[in-house]
Amino acid sequence: MLIELEKRKEPSKAMLYLTPIIAVVATMLAGAIIFSLIGHDGIGAVRKIFLAPLLDTYKWQDLGVKAAPLILIGVGLAIGFRANVWNIGAEGQYIMGGLAGTGVALATWGMTGWWILPLMCIAGIAGGAAYAGIPAFLKTRLNVNEILSSLMLTYVAIQVLYYLMRGPWKDPDGFNFPQTRLFTDDQILPTVIPGTVVHLGVPLAFVVAVAAWFVLSRSVFGFQIRVVGAAPAAARYGGFNTNRTIWAALLAGGGLAGFAGILEAAGPFGQMVPQFPTGYGFTAIIVAFLGRLHPIGIVLAGIILAVTYVGGELAQSSIGLPAAATGVFQAMMLFFLLATDVLVKYRIKFASPAKAGDAA
Amino acid sequence: MTDSLLIPIIMTIVGAATPILLAALGELVVEKSGVLNLGLEGMMLIGAVTGFAVTATTGYAPLGVIAAMIAAAASAGLFGFLTLTLTANQVATGLALTIFGIGLSALAGENYVGQTVDVFGSVFPAALSEHPVLRVIFGYSPLVYVSLLLVAAVSWFLRKTRGGLILRAVGESDLSAHSIGYSVIGVRYMAVLFGGAMAGIAGCFYSLVLTPMWAEQLTAGRGWIALALVVFAGWRPMRLLLGAYLFGAVMTLELHAKAAGFSLVAPEFLAAMPYLATIAVLAIISARKAGKSLAPACLGKPFKPSS
Amino acid sequence: MKTLTRRTILKTTAAAGALPIIGSSAFAADPLKVAFVYLGPIGDHGWTYAHEQGRQDVIKKFGDKVQTTIVENVSEGPDSERVIRRLAEEGNKLIFTTSFGYMNPTLKVAKRFKDVKFEHATGYQRAPNMSTYNARFYEGRAVCGTIAGHMSKTGVAGYIASFPIPEVVMGINAFTLAARKVNPDFKTKVLWVSSWYDPAKEADAAKALIDQGSDVIAQHTDSPAALQTCEQRGLMAFGQAWDMSNFAPKAHLTAIVNRWGPYYEARIQQLLDGKWEAGDTWWGLKEGVLEMSPYNEVIPADVQAAAEATRTGIIDGSLNPFTGPIKDNTGKERLASGALGDGDLHKMDWYVEGVQS
Repeated sequence: MLIELEKRKEPSKAMLYLTPIIAVVATMLAGAIIFSLIGHDGIGAVRKIFLAPLLDTYKWQDLGVKAAPLILIGVGLAIGFRANVWNIGAEGQYIMGGLAGTGVALATWGMTGWWILPLMCIAGIAGGAAYAGIPAFLKTRLNVNEILSSLMLTYVAIQVLYYLMRGPWKDPDGFNFPQTRLFTDDQILPTVIPGTVVHLGVPLAFVVAVAAWFVLSRSVFGFQIRVVGAAPAAARYGGFNTNRTIWAALLAGGGLAGFAGILEAAGPFGQMVPQFPTGYGFTAIIVAFLGRLHPIGIVLAGIILAVTYVGGELAQSSIGLPAAATGVFQAMMLFFLLATDVLVKYRIKFASPAKAGDAA
Repeated sequence: MTDSLLIPIIMTIVGAATPILLAALGELVVEKSGVLNLGLEGMMLIGAVTGFAVTATTGYAPLGVIAAMIAAAASAGLFGFLTLTLTANQVATGLALTIFGIGLSALAGENYVGQTVDVFGSVFPAALSEHPVLRVIFGYSPLVYVSLLLVAAVSWFLRKTRGGLILRAVGESDLSAHSIGYSVIGVRYMAVLFGGAMAGIAGCFYSLVLTPMWAEQLTAGRGWIALALVVFAGWRPMRLLLGAYLFGAVMTLELHAKAAGFSLVAPEFLAAMPYLATIAVLAIISARKAGKSLAPACLGKPFKPSS
Repeated sequence: MKTLTRRTILKTTAAAGALPIIGSSAFAADPLKVAFVYLGPIGDHGWTYAHEQGRQDVIKKFGDKVQTTIVENVSEGPDSERVIRRLAEEGNKLIFTTSFGYMNPTLKVAKRFKDVKFEHATGYQRAPNMSTYNARFYEGRAVCGTIAGHMSKTGVAGYIASFPIPEVVMGINAFTLAARKVNPDFKTKVLWVSSWYDPAKEADAAKALIDQGSDVIAQHTDSPAALQTCEQRGLMAFGQAWDMSNFAPKAHLTAIVNRWGPYYEARIQQLLDGKWEAGDTWWGLKEGVLEMSPYNEVIPADVQAAAEATRTGIIDGSLNPFTGPIKDNTGKERLASGALGDGDLHKMDWYVEGVQS
């Protein structure tokens, strides 16, 4: 029995919305089965990982905090992906943004003023954007594939972080541990809901997502992005400069990743440490896809992935599920989404061997 | 002092270079066929844990290596199914494979943490493999010699055989290859499976030869270095061999310099070298070719026959 | 049961204010809830494994009176804060956070949950409800150094170290001082790998040090990779945090074994008796938080006796690993006579003569 793909006349709108849901449900089912086979409590695991964080309102603050950077980076990536610009180096841009903001923080350490935090954020955005400018330059001037260049730069960024932590930016009063000073009160993100950990970055992420939605759907720039991505030749006829679009897409992606970086550093971390690269830059790629490259979808996808993180921790201490299980679930979601994605553009037909022989 | 130091240093370099050479060689074939599989790190870890688990259970390392090849190839097969049959985005699928491999290997390896196996070392008689000078030739694990043979085999395959020509055609111009009658998808599937098997052997090298144990993320990012290596070598097997040993030498000499008490450059700079060098190579070569990329033309693009 | 209670409270309060702990389970009948936060997997056969053994000791001693929870593989940083906070919310009254990197997260949570007690390992921040604890690992290093001084034929040891923090520096110095008492020309070559756990890098570091002349390897990193390398090459090494001889039966001379049981049991008993107080505890061989694993039979009887003499001398107080005169590795005299005090040790950032760092 061969699987044949028959192209639909029009992409199926129903499938567009259904497939992420199918992917999540399929992950829950498959996950429960696989985990039961390995000897853990499969159903319990799925309940803890996927449902418990949503049902326990006390956990929502954790979901928000975890989802914020994923949403920010995901939105930035989506802008690029839609323009067919494959920025895989968001993790590196996130790190560089965090470092740039930290640099401002260390330089202004001991000063006070309301202007410090915004300055750190601007530095973060600029740092991330500048770092994404490197693959942009390489692609537009030298036709270097941005997937490879941005990916390589991620590992360079990690080494820059390690160097600064071990050397120049080490806390002089920190007993030689590789970490910076703790940020001062003027340098930490304020909490927006008293008594919780919900910091300013959380509502900002949502605001950015909504803003991106408007830009992508209503502005000329957004139109340009979508056209360049879908039909580059037509875009050129339309007078859109592909190079400028590539630059814009990468700068946007890098800037938002850098923004997420400084928000994480000034928020949950409160300083810069070598453990700063948490992989959000890569998880955000899953978020972008799961959210169908649509800012609002990305918000939802970011929350779903935050659920798996928080739920994974719960499952660990309550039913002894190993920490590694979270990554397996996240990857499965993406696998299922990518697999069911085909249903949007194609109809699946099962051809019998005889027929397939004729068609070939 | 320098004589007695040269041989051990060479042997350490060989140990560092071989796994990335194996993984990169597999990825080279995959990319030559037009597919970009970013899931190397995940496949290597799957190979590492499988190889270790089977060796620990059966006591027979070659069996472990074969099991690793099969497991990693299976994971590559999943990647192939998604990207080739279902035309999913290769970048996203590859990254998902990496994350999946990291998590799955950690789960599968849970019960093996804290165990050890006999190192899968040289099969030559001790007189040769432990001889102060001759060991530089005879003192290695069989996987090392296999890696060198495979470089020669892949190079010959790509340049001198019809199969290699078809593979390259599929990677450079899939529509033309299709119209001549070659099965683009079929060729790519085989390439992807080969790449997976190679990544599996590479992973084994860590868990059976270098540090005969299992720990989460044992490969510690070497899969990404292997990816860089393919690009650094301009998708040519012989250059891959040189590049792998160059990377291995940089990694080894950094430690030796530190151990001797001096460090010329910051260790982080040395650690970033493979990646910086790859970017530099990409930039220089692309610039020389006046804007034409060196990569196989169809790299990363799904095959969409107009029929 | 806990989830229902939380939901009921939240229905009447607005979303999460600074909720005090749901646990009104301070009644004597209810078991004391104790939690442990681990950096690595309990199967690592090293640092985390040792803490887990301490927990098992607690379970054996207190039985039903105590209910323990663990979370493993908790990365340092904001994730750890979330985990620690959740453990506090879930009613744990005593939480042990077993890695330096949990210091600031523990402090943050301690400030919010004032009726929960926190114990942070290897750190330096305290609060009225947050203690620190550590072990005098350097005492074990002195024993290892004594053995190394006798057993090494080349007179050079390789030391694989993570970060130049005082705890690690102390260990290097104690090791070298002890070795030099046996062999005044003994050298220790240190290689910094910038990680607590990276098997491939540790193995490579061991190879580099061996190639450069070391025939005995000590480590302040957590994997058995260096031991395996020494086993393959027929050399010698010391285990870290637990007996690692199953990885290297011939090479493993002895190991510093961390025994956290005595400390955990003491603290829990104090809490049960209502006598828990914040402070800093730095126990060593005498109090039983450190042990040496059985000496390898390849060690000759006279060397074992020398090692034992060092060990018992430290326990009965007659031997201090940091007794003067001590010169540092630039030739400057750091201590003319007497012994270095704890204060000097906590700030140690220099190396004794014979150390190549």
